[in-house]
Amino acid sequence: MTFDDEITQIVRAEHGRVVAQLIRRLGDIDLAEDAVAEALITALEKWPVDGIPPNPGAWLTTTAGNKAIDRIRREGKRDAKHQEALMIEDDTPHEPTGPVEDDRLRLIFTCCHPALAPENRIALTLRLLGGLTVGEIAAAFLVPETTMGQRITRSKQKIKAANIPYRVPAEEDLVERLGGVLSVLYLIFNEGYLSSGPAMRVDLAEEAIRLTRQLTTLIENPEVDGLLALMLLTEARRPARVSDGVLVTLEKQDRAQWDSALIDEGHTLVRRCLTANRPGPFQIQAAINAVHTDALDASMTDWSQIVKLYDQLVILTPSPIVELNRAVAVAELDGPEVALAIVDRLELTGYHPFHVTRAELLRRLDRTDEARAAYDAALGLAENEAEQAHLTGRRDSLTR
Amino acid sequence: MTTYLLSVHHDLGVTDEWVPEGMTEAEVQQSYEDTGKFNEELKASGHWVFAGGLEPPASATVVDNRQGANVITDGPYAETKEQLGGFWVIEAADLDEALAIAARGSFACKGSVEVRPFQGLA
Repeated sequence: MTFDDEITQIVRAEHGRVVAQLIRRLGDIDLAEDAVAEALITALEKWPVDGIPPNPGAWLTTTAGNKAIDRIRREGKRDAKHQEALMIEDDTPHEPTGPVEDDRLRLIFTCCHPALAPENRIALTLRLLGGLTVGEIAAAFLVPETTMGQRITRSKQKIKAANIPYRVPAEEDLVERLGGVLSVLYLIFNEGYLSSGPAMRVDLAEEAIRLTRQLTTLIENPEVDGLLALMLLTEARRPARVSDGVLVTLEKQDRAQWDSALIDEGHTLVRRCLTANRPGPFQIQAAINAVHTDALDASMTDWSQIVKLYDQLVILTPSPIVELNRAVAVAELDGPEVALAIVDRLELTGYHPFHVTRAELLRRLDRTDEARAAYDAALGLAENEAEQAHLTGRRDSLTR
Repeated sequence: MTTYLLSVHHDLGVTDEWVPEGMTEAEVQQSYEDTGKFNEELKASGHWVFAGGLEPPASATVVDNRQGANVITDGPYAETKEQLGGFWVIEAADLDEALAIAARGSFACKGSVEVRPFQGLA
């Protein structure tokens, strides 16, 4: 890793914390973001010369705070602005405004407010908490960068104009708002785990796990446990997921490389969910992953259990993507022909796992030419390099 | 504190009367009473700024003097099924409080309510 990469990683890991704290102290998202951006520029100038400070997060917070004071003084037109400056210099602890103390969680509830359109909630959370650039978010959503930039700007304008509060919602709204937060956290996790750019950006997945873990200690809700279990059981397989830059599929992974501590923690959470007996989509997905991670070998996987879980998931959250994943399990239970019949009914031609699944099923049915075409279609859509390497290998190993 | 406009949108249906489709006379009467009670509650809680119900859209006149040549026309600005029926102007601590008030207002007057902040009155 180059020094610049190291700085970029630190900045990304600290971005959410620094921005969230400054938003609380300044009461202004744009001002906080601008101040953090200026602090980052200073960091990129100073750190290569002076070295990375021992506590880079604190350094960034202090520097960004000073930048904000400078800016307010520079622009200082009104008394209110001077008061803002005083707020920054005032280091007395803030008053707790809800059951959750962490500024980042306060910020995530603001970013996930139902008054914002769902796609904007995700974009805003990735920008402010995840510290992703607008370009990275645009790439993740497959929209032009200018479109994503406008979307984020408009969302911030709405938060300001409509006075969307910066706090954890009141008890009576908490459970309802939580659903939106969980979806956003899962998307952040996936962005880290499946990153469309350079494969696997460790900090985002870890950040999503950290925030979700904290939520489990603050809110009694089996879906929060379920989401954490799902993330842990996915994360546990990460060491085995790529070998020499090539993606390794679940059944071929070296299970000895899986992180047994994370698996144990995930399984404990899944059992706790079962006891609660209030099933939800994240809990079911966690249970599916628990069945996979229970098998010492891929051939020992309890596929009938997995199909049953997918049946439940289809009822709770009907979608072609869930149907596609269910079909993969059906192939193991009832054979590739039955599975292919399901897959071919789905309208998912823009989704590369659809073509990957078709390719693998066609391969097993010895329909080689069609399989090759399906691998090509998948390769045209897959952006992750490790996955492209895997798919190229699969296609080229087809018998002629 | 932010000042919000809570505008009530009624589905007019085929008639040009303020009687939402599917509501009986008794239900309409009940909604008037509920709305009156809600107004009193807003005054008591200090959120009230101003409120009013509007005559049906057919009573509207549109003035267009954008080019300096004034044109006066009969009828509402837009011929849509959903029409502005009335509004509240309230002061609330933040959007969450405004949304909670709007939910009570919507239930009382049996119309959907759009919540919009005023410019520069924060």
